Amino acid sequence: MQILRRMIARLAATAVTLVGVAVIVFVVIRVVPGNPIAMMLPPGATDADIQRLQELYGLDKSIPEQFLIWAGGVLQGDFGTSISLRQPVSELVLGRLPATLELSVMALVIAVALGGAMALTATLYRGTRVEGAIDVTGGMALSVPDFLWGLVLILLFGVLWPLFHISGRVSPSLGFEFQSNFYLWESFVRLRFDVWADIVAHMFMPALALAIPLAAIISQLLKQSLKETMHLDYVTLARTKGYSETSIITREALPNAILPTLTLVGVQFTFLIGGTVIVERLFSYEGLGNMAIDAVINRDLPLIQGIVILFALIFTVVNLVVDMTYAALNPRLRHA
Amino acid sequence: MSFLSIQDLTVRLRGKTPILRRVSIDVAAGEVRALVGESGAGKSMIGKSVLGTLPQALGITGGRIILDGEDLEQLSPRARRQRIGAKVALIPQDPLTALNPSRRVGPQITNRLVDILGWSRKAAEARALELLNEVHIPDPARVMRAYPHELSGGMRQRILIASAFAAEPKLIIADEPTTALDVTVQKQILRLIAEMQQRHGTALLFVTHDLGVVSKVCQTMSVLYSGMVVEDTKVRDFFASPGHPYSAALLVATPKYTDPDGSLTPVPEAVIRAVEEEVAAFDRRQEGAA
Ligand SMILES: Nc1ncnc2c1ncn2[C@@H]1O[C@H](COP(=O)(O)OP(=O)(O)OP(=O)(O)O)[C@@H](O)[C@H]1O
Ligand SMILES: [Mg+2]
Repeated sequence: MQILRRMIARLAATAVTLVGVAVIVFVVIRVVPGNPIAMMLPPGATDADIQRLQELYGLDKSIPEQFLIWAGGVLQGDFGTSISLRQPVSELVLGRLPATLELSVMALVIAVALGGAMALTATLYRGTRVEGAIDVTGGMALSVPDFLWGLVLILLFGVLWPLFHISGRVSPSLGFEFQSNFYLWESFVRLRFDVWADIVAHMFMPALALAIPLAAIISQLLKQSLKETMHLDYVTLARTKGYSETSIITREALPNAILPTLTLVGVQFTFLIGGTVIVERLFSYEGLGNMAIDAVINRDLPLIQGIVILFALIFTVVNLVVDMTYAALNPRLRHA
Repeated sequence: MSFLSIQDLTVRLRGKTPILRRVSIDVAAGEVRALVGESGAGKSMIGKSVLGTLPQALGITGGRIILDGEDLEQLSPRARRQRIGAKVALIPQDPLTALNPSRRVGPQITNRLVDILGWSRKAAEARALELLNEVHIPDPARVMRAYPHELSGGMRQRILIASAFAAEPKLIIADEPTTALDVTVQKQILRLIAEMQQRHGTALLFVTHDLGVVSKVCQTMSVLYSGMVVEDTKVRDFFASPGHPYSAALLVATPKYTDPDGSLTPVPEAVIRAVEEEVAAFDRRQEGAA
C-alpha cells in the first residue's frame, strides 16, 4: 500500500516535471535567434511568402497563444508537424525512438557487464596488482567522455583494424524488410541471425563508447560497497561454512552491495541516453539524437519540442523503474 | 588425542608485531574450554586462526593447527575450507549483524547443509525445523520464512545457535555469544548453549570475559595475556588456586556472581608489570632464536 501511494505521488511529480520541461523548451527555442521559415525557403523568397508560411505554422501569434494551441494538440496526441520534414512529429519521433532505445539498452548491458566484471574481479583480487590495474583502467575510462571514446573506437576498429561498421544501423545490401523499427529485436525474434549479427556489428561501437564511462563508474562504486560488505559479520560467518571466495562475493556480499550502485546506475543511465545525441551523430546512427541535431540546425521548432518531451519522459520513466527495482530488492523497504 | 590441537601458534601483524605468541591450546572431543583474558588479548584471533578468517593484515607465521588429525595449514585452501565447514561451526558475537539482511532465515540455516555438505533441500529444511524446535523457537515454520530484521536479538541468536549445530559439527567456537544481548536474554542464551552442547556432545571453545560463565559452563580454561597463554588449567583448579599471579588477580578483579555490581578490584600494577615483563622476555627469546 505504501508503495502504491509512493508511486502515485511519483506519477503526479512526473506530470508536473513534464509540463515544466515543455514550457521551458517552448519558450527558449522561440526566443533564441534563427527563423525556421527563412531557413526552409529558397533564397529570393518574398516577404509575403514568409508571412504566409509563418501563419501556416502559427508562428505569427504570441508565444503564450502558440503554447496553448500546441498544448491543446498534445492533449489529443497531436504534437504538430515538422517544419523541415513535413511529417507529423509524433510519427517521426516514435519512428526513431526504437533505434535509440536499442542503442541505450545495449550500452547499459555492456556497461553493467563490464563494470560488474571489473568490480567482482577487483574484489576477488583485492590488495593485489590486479586490483591496481583495474583501478587505473577505470580511472582512464572515466577521464574521457563518451563521444571521445567514440572517436577513439572509430580510429581503432573502423580505420586501423576495420572490425566493425562505423556508420548507419544495418547494411542495406542485406535487403531485409523490417516490419518494425526495433531492428535488433525483430531480427532476433524472426531468427535472422545473419541480420542480427550485422546490426550488432553496427551498434557495438557506439554502444561501447557510451558504455565505457558508465562501466568505470559502476566498477568503482560497486567495488567500494563490495569491499565494505566483505567485512561484515554475516559474510565472515558464511566463510566459516566452507564457501569459496567467489561464492562469498557473489552470493553473500553482492546482493547487499548492489543497492547503492543500482540507484546510481539509474541516474547515470539517463546521462547515457543524453550522450546518444552526439554519439549517434558521430556514427551516423539513425536515432532520436541524430534527428535532434538536424532539428536544431533547421530550427524545426515542433520537432525539437517533441524530441525534448520524449527525452524527458524517458528520463522520468527510467527513474521510476529504478525506484521500483530498489524497493523490490530491499526487503526492509518492502515491509516498511 | 585432542580433536583440536593448536601448537605454538604465532600470528603477526604484517609479519612483524606479534599478536599471538606461541599459543598452544587443546580441545578434546566433547570438552568445553574457556578462553579468557582482557580485551585485546587475542582471544578472537585464536578462533579466527582456526576458522581461516583472520583479518588481511594478520597472518600465521608459525605453529600448527591440527583438526581431527589433519594439519590445516598443510591442506589446500579449498580442502581447508571444506574441513572447517564440515567439522567446525561459529556462534558469533553479534546476532544483529551475523545474519544476511537480504535473505530469509531458512536458507541461512540450510545453506551449509545443501551447498557444502550435499544434503537435499528437503532434508535440510526438515533438519532446520528440528533445530529451531530444539532452541525453543515458537512457530519455526514461520520464522524460517522471516527476514532477520523482523526478529529480536535473542531470536536471532537462537537461530544462529540452531544454524551452528545443524550440521552436527565436532567443535563449536563461540566468541562472546552473549555480550551483545540484553542482560535478561544473556542468561537464557547461555543456558541454551550449555543445553545444546550437552545434548549434542559437541566440543566447545568458549571465548568470554566472564569468569562467572566459565565456572558454570566450562571444564577447562586457557588464560590469555597479550597473545600469550599464561595459564592452562581445569576450571575447578583455577577457582581453588589459580596458578599464575595474573590469573589470581583476574579472579579477584571479577565481580562476584552473587553481587554483579559489586566493587571491581583492578588488577594490581605490580602484577601487570610482572606479566608484561614475561611477555617482553618471551619476545627477546624469540628474537634471540631468530
Ligand atoms: N584487523 C586488524 N588489524 C590489525 N590488528 C588487529 C586487527 N584486529 C585485531 N587486531 C589486534 O589483534 C589483537 C587481538 O585482538 P582480538 O580481537 O583477538 O582481542 P580479543 O581478546 O578478542 O578482545 P575482545 O575481548 O575485545 O574481543 C589486538 O591487539 C588488536 O589490536
Ligand atoms: Mg574478541
